[in-house]
Parts: sequence; structure tokens; C-alpha cells
Amino acid sequence: MLFKVFAKDELPKLFDLLAANPVIAPVQKGVDQHGVPLFDFDVVHDFADLRLDYTSTIHSAKRYFLPYAETLATFTVDKGGWEKQVDLNIDRRQVLFGLHACDINALNKLDKVLVQSAYPNPFYAAKRRNMFIIGLQCTPRPQCFCRSMGTDFALHGFDMFLTDLGDSYFAEILSAAAFQFMARIVTREPGHDDHERYKAVVAEKNGRFQAKVDSSDLTKILDMEFESPAWKAWGDKCLSCGTCANVCPTCYCYGVEENVDLDLTGAVKTRRLHSCNLIDFAVVAGGHNFRPHSHARLKYRYYHKHRGFVEAFEEALCVGCGRCGEACLAGITVPAVIASVREGG
Amino acid sequence: MENRLPFIDVLGGPGGRRREDFTSFEYTLPAEITSLYALTPTETLYQIRIIDPTARQRFTFQPGQFVMLELPGIGEAPFSISSSPVRHGDIELCIRRVGNLTNFLARLTRGARVGLSGPFGTHFPVEEMVGQDILLLAGGLGIVPLRSPLSAVLENRSNYGRVDIMYGARNPAELLFTYQYEEWRRFDINLAITVDQAGPGWQGPVGLITEVLKERLGQAGSLATGTCAIVCGPPVMFRFVCDLLTRAGLPPQKMFVSLERRMHCGRGKCCRCNIGSTYTCLDGPVFDYWSVMNLKEAI
Repeated sequence: MLFKVFAKDELPKLFDLLAANPVIAPVQKGVDQHGVPLFDFDVVHDFADLRLDYTSTIHSAKRYFLPYAETLATFTVDKGGWEKQVDLNIDRRQVLFGLHACDINALNKLDKVLVQSAYPNPFYAAKRRNMFIIGLQCTPRPQCFCRSMGTDFALHGFDMFLTDLGDSYFAEILSAAAFQFMARIVTREPGHDDHERYKAVVAEKNGRFQAKVDSSDLTKILDMEFESPAWKAWGDKCLSCGTCANVCPTCYCYGVEENVDLDLTGAVKTRRLHSCNLIDFAVVAGGHNFRPHSHARLKYRYYHKHRGFVEAFEEALCVGCGRCGEACLAGITVPAVIASVREGG
Repeated sequence: MENRLPFIDVLGGPGGRRREDFTSFEYTLPAEITSLYALTPTETLYQIRIIDPTARQRFTFQPGQFVMLELPGIGEAPFSISSSPVRHGDIELCIRRVGNLTNFLARLTRGARVGLSGPFGTHFPVEEMVGQDILLLAGGLGIVPLRSPLSAVLENRSNYGRVDIMYGARNPAELLFTYQYEEWRRFDINLAITVDQAGPGWQGPVGLITEVLKERLGQAGSLATGTCAIVCGPPVMFRFVCDLLTRAGLPPQKMFVSLERRMHCGRGKCCRCNIGSTYTCLDGPVFDYWSVMNLKEAI
């Protein structure tokens, strides 16, 4: 891996070079009732709007790869029949500036199931491959449990990764394009001091983690505790609103709906992200619902993320970002659910 | 160097390089409904033909696999292929009117254009069943996916031992493919049909399919070694039938079920058909009973 160090005032220059492409970055959207800033990803035109000190965003960056609603196809219809047109809905490269390790790992997990699998999804792949990603070392919040999920550091899936060393940035360069951009700002080779400062920053980060999830042997424990009363208790709390899936960086389930244009000469096929907590998730034609109860749906959500996905890809479909727990109106958090299930209810 | 990053065409436009085959996603085959035949007031048998002759010939499937059928603006849904694999892209689908898409389909006429993609999913391993006895157990619409392996067996009837079809429906009026029963019998198939409620003129047995199966198992209650079973029906049927077969000594890897789940893609992407994270569309719809035993909430 190639490392460079550059002074902090070089970062706006790097931003301006990259701004020849649409740049998406963390910005402040408002404050909550306690005056704490609320962040989210948005298109940014000015470096001054960037909030690289952001803690976490309300929504993940998922919508730039898997839009909540996306046109999969349009149809022209006439008496003789119909024609289908498919558009992947992306025509340029974009830049994602300042993505934390958990969210990069979320994309790497999505790559596995959506691209490195049978029937790869071109809609996702086109957006993923056309996104130039600059990662950013984070400051963990109390609810972050990425360290338990092994997603507190990103090994790949980005172009460049920055760590704040105080007066300068320590950069890992992973792609040729990133290397070329770095050649256009003033950088230097890292020295022994820089390595030591980098290690100190990382050690300080590691010391901040508070929330934990014990995922050891979890696939088996989930099977043993399939009938645990804990599921029913959490299910009774769950509002089946789907907010957790909405904010989750790895939830990719969807539904497809088709609509006919009012003049009957065309139609649109739309993919809409769904949630396994919504009541109609597993309803089949004729009305049979394979998961009619909220506890069955909540359990399935954990079963998919922490058992099934592990079986298929040897890692959980959860990066421990804590967004679901924060957004949940019923106060359901992953560490609490898994701890209670481990205890057998 | 240009600051604008070069666009990457994942479909590998002119001169491009493509790492994955993305063409199986969303790119459907134009097809035509060549005929419709009402089997009952609610079920229709559709003959569907892929229009392009080359694509039609290249369309090969195994019994038990399904297709996604699409009508623009109306919807897309999975349907089991109900015809013989030797007919390639000239397939038969038997569809019950139950939702938007299927009610719309029933109002179409010959020549209507539909979109097909597939075939998807796993299949009944009829080649591996050569030389063995086969039990086909169907409840209600479950006869539809079973008709494809049945056709494959009929085409090579001498390759198989004793073949039994046990088929249960709610009442005689709901029985499907009644016009084929004599043909099946002519191929030396033991056909046992039962209904939950007898109707006018019904001479056959009344009761659950498990009763018919118990009768077949006889006093000994066991099956000859070298027997395979194929089971498809409503969710409640699987457990009873599979338990009975297990007690009769049929090993789980020789019992095959075809499961129904909601699907929006058929390609392992929408997760609607998941059982755990097992995709019914990729790892199913045909599972051996051993796999089902290992899946929570499968049946």
C-alpha cells in the first residue's frame, strides 16, 4: 500500500480538483433537541460546507448506490405490442468525500451479494464502479459497535483513505486515479514520526469503543435460541415501521412495482427498497403470509444479517454503525437484542 | 490529467471490457401467448413461445425450474414451468387468477406479448432418479410444477420403476389437467386422486392426501429402497407428507419439495423469498428434505 502525508491546507485543493465531478460529502443538516448537530450526505459544491468532523450520518450513503426508488425499465406500449428500455441511471463518475470505514465495509458487503454473485446487478454495479471514494478515519460514538463486527477498518473498496494527524493528513492510496490526484497537490513521503502519529491516532480511536456485540458462535446460538421468548418480547416492542432498514447501510431488500402511464402509451417499472419488518414482506399471491407476526419478521432480520449471511459469506451483514438503534422509535438496538438472545431470553 | 474522471460503462460499451455478465438482469426475452385454455374457472393453461427462434432453441430448462413473466405496467411474477423440457422455449404455464397480474393475464387473447426471463432456480433431479420408483405427491396447485418432471418421466418411461401420482384437491371441480389422467394411466402410472369434499358424480376417495399415501404405504408402512418422492402443495401439506415418508424409511436426500415464496427478482437480489438467507430463487425452489430440515421456518 502506498502512503503519503500532506498538510491540511492542501485538502481544499484536492477537493477543488475532484469537484470537476459531482461530489457527495457529509454536511450538517440541522441540530436535534439537545443542540447536537445532525449530519447527512449531500451534494457539496463548496469545501466550506464539508463537515469532516461528522460523527455519523442519519442515513447511510446507500442511496447513492441503491436509490430508495429507482426506475428499472420503461416501456412503450402500442397495439402491436411493447418495447422495454433499460437504463442504469448513471452517466458520470461521482466522488464520495469522507466515508467512514463502517460505510465502506457496508459497500464491500453489498458488492459480495449484489455483484460477486449469480445474476450480478448492473444498476448497483454501475453506480459503485463510478463512485470515487475517499475514506476518512472516524471518532467512534458510544453506540458504535463496528469493532465487534470487524468493520472498524476498511481494507479495500475505496480509492483513498485519510487519517487526521492534527496538522496534516495521512493518506492511504489504493487506486491509480487517487495516485494521480495526489500528484497534483503538495505531499511528502511519511517518515517515522508520521507512522508513530498514525498509530497513536488509531490507538486513541480503539480506546473509545463502548458498545459491544459478542458475535462468537452466534450462528449456532441463533439456531439454539430460535424459540427464545426474547424474540417475542422484542417483536412486541417493534413497530414494524421499517425505519431500521431505511437507515441501514447494508439493507438491500426491495420490491418492484409497475405503473401504466395515464395515456396508456407507456409504463414504468420501479424498484423500491423494502424492509423485512413491513407486514407484507413475505405475503404470497392468495394472501398467505409466511411471517404474519412482528416478532417473526424481527427475528428474520437478525437471522438474515447474523446467521444466513455469515453462512454464505463468512461475515455478518451488519457493520455496527448503530444507525438502526438510533433511529428506532421503539429503542431496539442490535447489541441489546443479541445480548438478550444469547442469554436465552 | 483531466480532472473529470472517465465514466465506466459496466455493460462494456464500444471497446469496453466487462467483468461480469450483467445481461441476465432486467433484459427480458420477448414472448407471445400462443394459446389460452381454461382448465377451471380460476386456472388457465397458457402456451407461451419465445418469439426469436434462436433464443427459443437456446432456452433450456430442467423440470422444477421457474420463469419470471412480465407484463409492462402490470407486474412481474415467478411461475413454475409446467411443460416438458424437450420443448425448449415453447413453454406451458398454469396460472391461477389471484392478483393483478394473473387477472390481467386471464383477460388476454392469443398473440399477446409478454416478457420472459429465466429459467431460474434448482430442479427435480429426474436423471438421478433413473431406475427408481417415484412418488409424486401434489396438493392443489402443487400439481403444476410436478407436471414438468412427470413429462420428463413419461418421455423415458422405461427408465423408471413404479410411478405413483397422489393428487389432492379441495373438490372435483378444482382438479387440474383432468384430460390427461387417462394418458398418464396409459403410461403405466398409478394415479390416485382424492378430494376434501365430494361433488356431484364423484366416485373417488374423499379425504386428505396423507390417507392416500398411507394406503400406498400399505400394512408395512414402509417404502422399497430405491424410491424417490417429489412433493408440492400448500405449506401445511409438506410437514404431514414428509413426516409420513420419513417414517416409511425414505431418506431425506431422496425427498424433494418445491417451495413457494414471494419473489420480485428471481435472481437472489430482492430477498423477498429468503428463508434465513437461503434464497428460494437460487437455492430453491426445489430443495431436498435434508436442506429443508436445516432451514428454520421453511415448512
